[in-house]
Amino acid sequence: MTAITQIRRNDQPIYLDYQATTPMDPRVLEAMMPYFTHKFGNSGSRSHAYGWEAEEGTEKARAQVAKLIGADEKEVIFTSGATESNNLAIRGVAEFYKDRKNHIITTVTEHKCVLDTCRHLEQQGFEVTYLPVRQDGLLDLDVLRAAITDKTVLVSVMAVNNEIGVIQPLAEIGKICREKKVFFHTDAAQAAGKIPLDVEALNIDLMSISGHKIYGPKGIGALYVRRKPRVRLVPMIVGGGQERGFRSGTLPTPLCVGLGEAAEICMKEMEAEAKRLKKLQERMLNGLRAKLTDIVVNGDLEQRIPGNLNISFAYVEGESLMMGIKNLAVSSGSACTSASLEPSYVLRALGVEEEMAHTSLRIGLGRFTTEHEVDTAVDELVRHVNKLREMSPLWEMAQEGIDIKSIEWAAH
Amino acid sequence: MAYSEKLIDHYENPRNIGSFDKAAEDVGTGLVGAPACGDVMKLQIKVGPDGLIEDAKFKTFGCGSAIASSSLVTEWVKGKTIDEAETIKNTDIARHLALPPVKIHCSVLAEDAIKAAIADYRAKATKKAE
Repeated sequence: MTAITQIRRNDQPIYLDYQATTPMDPRVLEAMMPYFTHKFGNSGSRSHAYGWEAEEGTEKARAQVAKLIGADEKEVIFTSGATESNNLAIRGVAEFYKDRKNHIITTVTEHKCVLDTCRHLEQQGFEVTYLPVRQDGLLDLDVLRAAITDKTVLVSVMAVNNEIGVIQPLAEIGKICREKKVFFHTDAAQAAGKIPLDVEALNIDLMSISGHKIYGPKGIGALYVRRKPRVRLVPMIVGGGQERGFRSGTLPTPLCVGLGEAAEICMKEMEAEAKRLKKLQERMLNGLRAKLTDIVVNGDLEQRIPGNLNISFAYVEGESLMMGIKNLAVSSGSACTSASLEPSYVLRALGVEEEMAHTSLRIGLGRFTTEHEVDTAVDELVRHVNKLREMSPLWEMAQEGIDIKSIEWAAH
Repeated sequence: MAYSEKLIDHYENPRNIGSFDKAAEDVGTGLVGAPACGDVMKLQIKVGPDGLIEDAKFKTFGCGSAIASSSLVTEWVKGKTIDEAETIKNTDIARHLALPPVKIHCSVLAEDAIKAAIADYRAKATKKAE
């Protein structure tokens, strides 16, 4: 294990938002540094040592990423991040095969960049089916099977949800897709490096990966594109024909090297890290449950990455709770933290009542989270939840035995 | 979101949290908002024999701006007649707390809460007079 136990300065809040982004592992930065300075060449330059050196860096990184997901290095292309990878996978496949097939299947809990890509395709005349999920956040395989038609070209289902951390049944989805001869794309931004992924075993045809979710740099990601059977894409960025023509543009060598190093560290430490995070997740949840009633974990707790908890603290609005726990950096599914004033669409898709969605916090644990930080977080959360419940009219009613649903609330 | 010092002060040290007996004749209760919308305010006024609001209490489920808005109005209504209290405008609340535009609805809710509490008090008084 790494000797580094703390990244943040002592005057910074405790970072518990590892699904938003992760700090870069210092070992990753170390690997990148030479490529910012003397190894500055263009990996496309074939005529001199500067180019060869840079290419060595990018190709080693490509192999490191490929190894993490059980792919061949020729099947990995670098992008600017998971958003671009998702755009390229979905739009690229849709456009290439549009003469034969025009139907795409995804789920309602996908990341916005998948949903928005699908919306754009709908506007261009493609048909998109947005599958619901069960109350535990997982896709019902029978629902998927029933949705596939002979016009379906692609199924895009995220591996791990960014809000609730649930792991979709990838092997089963992959099997269904292969049987029905439909391409299977998975947005693995939250999954790669956290859970074992093997594109062969899981029958995955396209997979999106993000650098900054796996302790690597921001601004880099990857897309796995299967070669056998071959998946074809219409590129979105054209030019010099880099990355097998799927994504033109000079490779950002230091970022590629950082992504590769991050992937390798994740692979080596995955098992130990998952065990450690599972303990921290349990410590957090047990600590909260010991001192607070009326808290609900959103999404399945077993089929879930250990670095995520999404909890509704009933009768306490999420943004006001975040204002209280100033020493903790978390995020909320409450409407009040978003410009739209709508509570989390992911929680709503699980059937979480709006009033409970407003009370949710997403707590993300990661490589640099310590037991001490978890204990501090539990104390702060308990203190502020209790304080806010004391001033909550809903808590008061609940204590008096009044059913909040029996009241006719005026919508505003 | 960056909030004003006044807003943060009301959030961190809310004034007049609590409840009066809502059945009492001298108490008016306003309960506005909806849990599904993420804000519920309960505002209560206690009116003295001289017609002045002698005390006010609140409980709020909502964001920091909603808590601060309701805390602020409990301070403002004290010592006022109910007619005077009725003239408190959401714009005054929003200005005093420097609410960001997306939080203006919190001040609207606080104004509604005062009005609802006054209406409840008046309804009780009318009933008593009959």
